[in-house]
Amino acid sequence: MASNLPGSVRQFGVALRALLVFTAILGIVYPLVMTGVAQALLHGNANGSIIKVNGKEVASDLIGQTYTMDSGKKDSDGKAIMVADPKWFQTRPSASDYDAKASGGSNLGPNNADLLAAVDERRKAVAALEGVDASQVPPDAVTASGSGLDPNISPAYAALQVNRVARERGLSVEQVQKLVKDSTEGRVLGFLGEPRVNVVKLNASLAALG
Amino acid sequence: MSDTAAGLLQVGLLLACLAAVYRPFGGYLARVYTSDKDLRIERATYKLFGVDSKVDQTWAVYARSLIAFSALSVVLLYLLQRLQHWLPLSLGLPNVESGLAFNTAASFVSNTNWQSYVPEAVMGHLVQFAGLAVQNFLSAAVGIVVAIALIRGFSRSKTDRLGNFWVDLTRTVLRVLLPIAVIGTVALVAMGVVQNFSGGHEVTSVVGQTQTLPGGTVASQEVIKELGTNGGGYYNANSAHPFENPNPLSNLFEIFLLLVIPVCLTRTFGLMVKDKRQGYAILGVMATIWSAFVVLATVFEVQGAGSATRAAGAAMEGKETRFGEWASTLFAVSTTGTSTGAVNSMHDSFTPLGGGVPLFHMMLGEVTPGGTGTGLYGMLILAVLAVFVAGLMVGRTPEYLKKKITAREMKLVSLYILTTPTLVLVGTSIAMGLATARASILNTDSPHGFSEVLYAFTSAGNNNGSAFAGISANIPFYNTALGLVMLLGRFVPIVFALALAGSLARQHPVPVTQGTLPTHKALFVTMLVGVVLIVTGLTYFPALTLGPLAEGL
Repeated sequence: MASNLPGSVRQFGVALRALLVFTAILGIVYPLVMTGVAQALLHGNANGSIIKVNGKEVASDLIGQTYTMDSGKKDSDGKAIMVADPKWFQTRPSASDYDAKASGGSNLGPNNADLLAAVDERRKAVAALEGVDASQVPPDAVTASGSGLDPNISPAYAALQVNRVARERGLSVEQVQKLVKDSTEGRVLGFLGEPRVNVVKLNASLAALG
Repeated sequence: MSDTAAGLLQVGLLLACLAAVYRPFGGYLARVYTSDKDLRIERATYKLFGVDSKVDQTWAVYARSLIAFSALSVVLLYLLQRLQHWLPLSLGLPNVESGLAFNTAASFVSNTNWQSYVPEAVMGHLVQFAGLAVQNFLSAAVGIVVAIALIRGFSRSKTDRLGNFWVDLTRTVLRVLLPIAVIGTVALVAMGVVQNFSGGHEVTSVVGQTQTLPGGTVASQEVIKELGTNGGGYYNANSAHPFENPNPLSNLFEIFLLLVIPVCLTRTFGLMVKDKRQGYAILGVMATIWSAFVVLATVFEVQGAGSATRAAGAAMEGKETRFGEWASTLFAVSTTGTSTGAVNSMHDSFTPLGGGVPLFHMMLGEVTPGGTGTGLYGMLILAVLAVFVAGLMVGRTPEYLKKKITAREMKLVSLYILTTPTLVLVGTSIAMGLATARASILNTDSPHGFSEVLYAFTSAGNNNGSAFAGISANIPFYNTALGLVMLLGRFVPIVFALALAGSLARQHPVPVTQGTLPTHKALFVTMLVGVVLIVTGLTYFPALTLGPLAEGL
C-alpha cells in the first residue's frame, strides 16, 4: 500500500498508529478498568482510608494533620499565629504545613543554617510544651518529614506527650496510654520499617471519648 | 529486635523475593523474545500498526523505528499538556506552560521522569493517566527492547537482522509490563494506595480545620512507575507521600518492583547467549556494587553527620517515621542504581556523604542493576570495555561471547561511554557559570549548593529523575537544558548500542581456545567491578570533590 514511500516516512506512519493504539490500551482502558476493580473490591482503601468520628469524616488515617489553635496574636502579615493545642497529640513539623495539596519536604541540607536554627527552636518549643528537658525531645519531633504529611510519630514522642494530654483532658494517664497503645504499630512482620504511633487515629479516638 | 538486625532482615527479604523470581521470570522473558508465535491480540495490533511481524529489521531500521516512535511520543505528550484545560478531567487546571511542557515530555519519554513542577498543582487526571502513565509503560519497553537487540547481536551470527522493533515493543507491553501492572495495582490498593477520579475530598478535622485530600489513579500509575524504573510521582512528595507508599510493606514491594526486571534480565541474557554463567557473572557485578552502596549509605545516615542533623539527634529531616533510616537508604540506593528516581525520602536532606552515595551511584551510569533494559545494555558495553582492557594487558585480540572486539566495536563503545559524562559535566559547568541558574540553588551556604546542580545534571544525563529537590528547576534555563540533556542522554547512547549490536551480529563466531579470557569467573567479575568504578568514578571525581566530598570530609 504505502510501500512506495521512503522508509523513514513509513516508520512515522507506523509510529503514529502504534502510539494511538497503546494510548487507548494503556491510557484509557487500563486506568478505567483498574479504577473500577479497585472501587468494587477495595472501596475504603481506594478512596483514601477515611476515618469518621460520630459519623463525620475527620481525616484519612494515612495523611497527617495539624492540631493547633489560634494564639490570639497575629504575625507581621496580619495572619493569626497558630500554636499547638495542648488537648491533642502533636504531629511532626511539616514543610507544607500539612496542606495535602502541596506535599513535600524542606529539602534543607544537613549543614543548612536555617535548618539548624529551626531544629533548635522546635526543640525548645516541644520541651516547654511538655515540661521536659530539651535533651528528652526525640529526633522526629524536631525534623520535617519528606512528604510533609507524615501521620506518624515515634513511640518516644508519643510517650512524651501522654502526661500533658491526660492533664488537659482530665483523663488518667493509664487511659491515655491505652489509647496510644491502640494506635501503635510495630514493624511489619517484626522487621520491616519502624515502630510508630498514628497521631490521626489517636486523636480521633480521643475525640470519640468526647 | 535491634535496629541493625531488623534492617538486615529487611534487605534479606528483598533479596529472597528477587531470588525466588529470578529463574522463572528471567526464563519467561527469554521465551517472550525468542518465540515466533504471536498472540491473537498481538496479530490484531500489528494489523492496526500496518507491520509484518515476520520481517526482521537491520540495526538502522530498528533504530529509526525507535526514534520515530519516541519523537512522536514527545510531540503527543507535549500537546496533551498544552491543551489540558480544554480536555476532560483537567480539574480546572490551566494549560501547562511551554518550557515546562517540553521538559516534562522529554523527561517522561526518555524514562527519566524528572519533575520540575508540583504535580498536584499542574497536572490534571487526564494528563497523568493518558499521557504520563502511558509513557511510563512505553519508555520502559523501549529500554528493554534495546537490551534484547544487543543480546541478539551477541547470540546471532552472519546476519544483518536484529529483530523487529514493533514486535519486541508490543510483546514487552502486552506480555510483560501490563500483566504485572494489573496484579500490582490490586496489591497496592490492598495496601492502602488510592485509585479514584476524585478532584479532592474535603474533611473537617477534630479541631475544626478543613483539609482537602487529593485523589487520582495513583495505584495504577505507581506500579508502572516502579516496574518500568520511571519514577515520576503522582504527587510532589513522590513515594514519600502516604497515598503513594502507605506503609513499610508497600515500600518493600515498590523496591522489589523497581529491581525485578533489571535483575531478571541478566538471566534472560544468559539464556539467550546459551551460557547461563555469563548472566550470573553480570548479576554478580551488579549485586556487588549495589550491596556495597546500601551498606555505605546506611552507615553514613545512621552516623548522622552534619550540624543540623546532629542537633536533631538523627538524620530524620526529609524522612518518614514509618520508614526511618534503613528503609529510606535501601530505597535511595535502589532508585539511583536503577534509572527510577522515585524517592521515599528527600535526598537533599541526607547527610553529606549519605547523599553523595546515591549521586555517585547514578554516575556509575545506572548499571547496578540499572534501568529496565538500559542497565543490561550499559553493563554489557562496560563488559566489552573490560575485555578490551584485559586484551591489551596480554596482547591478544579481545573477544566477548565469541565475538571479536575490533576497532569498530571499540569506537562505538567509547562513544557510548563518553556521551553521558560529557552532557553532565558540560551542563553543570554552564549552569554554574550563569547567574540566573545559580539563583535556583536552595542551600547556598555550603558546597551543598553545587551538589544540587551536579545532582540535577547527573540525574538528567543518566535518565534517573531524582533530585536534590531544593533546587528551583522550573525556570527556562533548566527546563530547556535539562530537557535536552535527558533526550541526548537517552537516545544518543541507544543509537550507539544498536549500532554495536548490528556490528556484532554480522560477525562469524570465533572458536573458544585456551587463550580466551573466561568471562564467567570471579576474576572477570572483579575486573568488571573495577572498570565500572574506575572509568566512571575517575571521570566524576573532580566534580565530586567540589560537592559532597568537600562538605562531608
